[in-house]
Amino acid sequence: MAVIRDVMPAFELLQPSSIADAQKLLEQQGRDAWVLAGGMDSFDWLKDRIKKPKVVVDLSGVAELKGIRATSDGIEIGAMTTLTEVIQHPVIKEKYTLLADSAELVASPQIRNQGTIGGNVSQDARCWYYRAGWPCYRAGGNICYADTPEGRNREHAILHAERCVAVNPSDTAPALIAVDAKFVIRTPKGERVIDAEDYFVGPDIDITSLHVLKPGELLTAIRIPSAWADAKFYFEKVRDRNVWDFPLLNVASAMVVSNGAIERIRIAVNAAAARPLRLKAVEDAVRGKPANAATGEMAGKLAVRGAVPLQFNAYKIPMMRNLVKRAIGGVQEATWTS
Amino acid sequence: MDFLEWAKSPWGQNVPIHIAWFLIWVALIAGFLFFIVHATYLRYFAKPKEFASSGSPLIAARIPEHVPRHSLTARLFHWVMAASMFTLLFTAFLPKLGIQFDWVTYHWIAGSVLTVSILFHIIHASFFMDFWSIWPDKIDVRDAGRRILRFMGKAAPPPDKFAKYPLENKLYHGAIVAAGLSAIVTGVFMMFRVRTIFFPRNPYLFGDLTWGMIYVLHGLAGVGLIALIMVHVYFGLRPEKRPITKSMIFGWMSRDFYLKEHDPRRWPVETPTSSPTPQGAAAEGLRDAG
Repeated sequence: MAVIRDVMPAFELLQPSSIADAQKLLEQQGRDAWVLAGGMDSFDWLKDRIKKPKVVVDLSGVAELKGIRATSDGIEIGAMTTLTEVIQHPVIKEKYTLLADSAELVASPQIRNQGTIGGNVSQDARCWYYRAGWPCYRAGGNICYADTPEGRNREHAILHAERCVAVNPSDTAPALIAVDAKFVIRTPKGERVIDAEDYFVGPDIDITSLHVLKPGELLTAIRIPSAWADAKFYFEKVRDRNVWDFPLLNVASAMVVSNGAIERIRIAVNAAAARPLRLKAVEDAVRGKPANAATGEMAGKLAVRGAVPLQFNAYKIPMMRNLVKRAIGGVQEATWTS
Repeated sequence: MDFLEWAKSPWGQNVPIHIAWFLIWVALIAGFLFFIVHATYLRYFAKPKEFASSGSPLIAARIPEHVPRHSLTARLFHWVMAASMFTLLFTAFLPKLGIQFDWVTYHWIAGSVLTVSILFHIIHASFFMDFWSIWPDKIDVRDAGRRILRFMGKAAPPPDKFAKYPLENKLYHGAIVAAGLSAIVTGVFMMFRVRTIFFPRNPYLFGDLTWGMIYVLHGLAGVGLIALIMVHVYFGLRPEKRPITKSMIFGWMSRDFYLKEHDPRRWPVETPTSSPTPQGAAAEGLRDAG
């Protein structure tokens, strides 16, 4: 169980200065290593003595992992770039406002100054049974304490729950899926580039991780292609405390509208499942249709098809339906229904 | 080295949560070691089998060319069970060896198929087959003693030929029954922890300790089945056992193999022609095996 202390436990601290060194250290240490980016997720785990790594690999000294660079086809954001830097970058503010909007709604200014884009997409689940150190599925045990008749599951999954019902809490993840970002991973065998949506994994595939990184692997950068630059973007996050909280749900969409009709669209939601969900069925259904409230209504209904509420989170179904509706039809044209 | 993995429950109890996964490798290595030792023994050290005489040439003359061994129903059961068992083992253990996929749904579906097929087999074997043919009898026990004495170089009369199933086959069946039923019973309870079409989830059906023991027993039965299935496949592929394997496909074995390994008095077979009187057939071991 959690033992909150105000000092860090003892561990061996390794501080590489290059991506190659960092990856080599992670490979050498294997499962004993803990990757430290901004520390906003890590420090809770370590100070609570829930995760007890022997070795912490601190990436703060790796200059290659920081900064935002222009590429031949868009931009590349180093994984250790802070969320504040992402929000304030002129190209992102001009061409990829979706990402800036989503990053700006992460936690508080202090956390955005310290937290990184790589850390935000790689952070662990916030289920309190798991965070408290209970031996649940995600912790390697054989039960989900949240998915019980008395379990506190107001924030948990309504879609794709498979034994574990925790959700992915990232705000930037659905935005990166919506702009078709690519994640660059350094592995012992070299560099691997995957689609943003493939970076995340559900409990049906791996119940102990929210992402596909294996021991010895490192997320180094996120590439955003120019294909969706200047598209019509929409990001909305619903949370209990508007000054600082994880999402109860969020939605991100990128649309190209031509002559009033949706020509291209990518839309994703998060905090509805253990991984951010790209809503491909919705994309297929609304393509070619006018970007209005009626299309949004239809899209919202389609988005929640198959949703299964837990004891205390049924509210998420109409909430997700309305968020998708607003992402496509626009806020002015939409009305909340329950 | 701990054979089980433990965790602290919310009430502070130390409870087992499952077996240590290195036992998968123990089962695999044990299976491979068995192959090597058994194959080496047969190749370099084993003596030809010797059996006691098994009756008159008159009986042998009446044995048909194709001796019926497994009915179509029995064969269908066997292969359905085999398919579900392989699915269960692969879906259970490949993810533990690093091959990740959506295994739980396939696992409980295969488990459901196995459970239904086993229930069918129990009824079929109890009421429509010779139930006792797969369980060791007095002659098996006596002949096991004789075979051990002869293996050790001591004087003992040769054993009788086998009934429908050799003693090794009967013992293997017993082991499969124990491991399989353990996996099935614990697996049915474990289905209360996941979402299936059969019953609503109820993670509070048992306490943490009982649940832990159920997971441990399921895991032990599972790794046991890895080794048992490996041994079964090995014997199924061995040249001298191929007539038995073929009989599980085609339903019959050849007259020559039957007369070489089996005793018509212990496993009587139906003759297609010249039905003798019931009294005579019983006396000579020629009756319907059922």
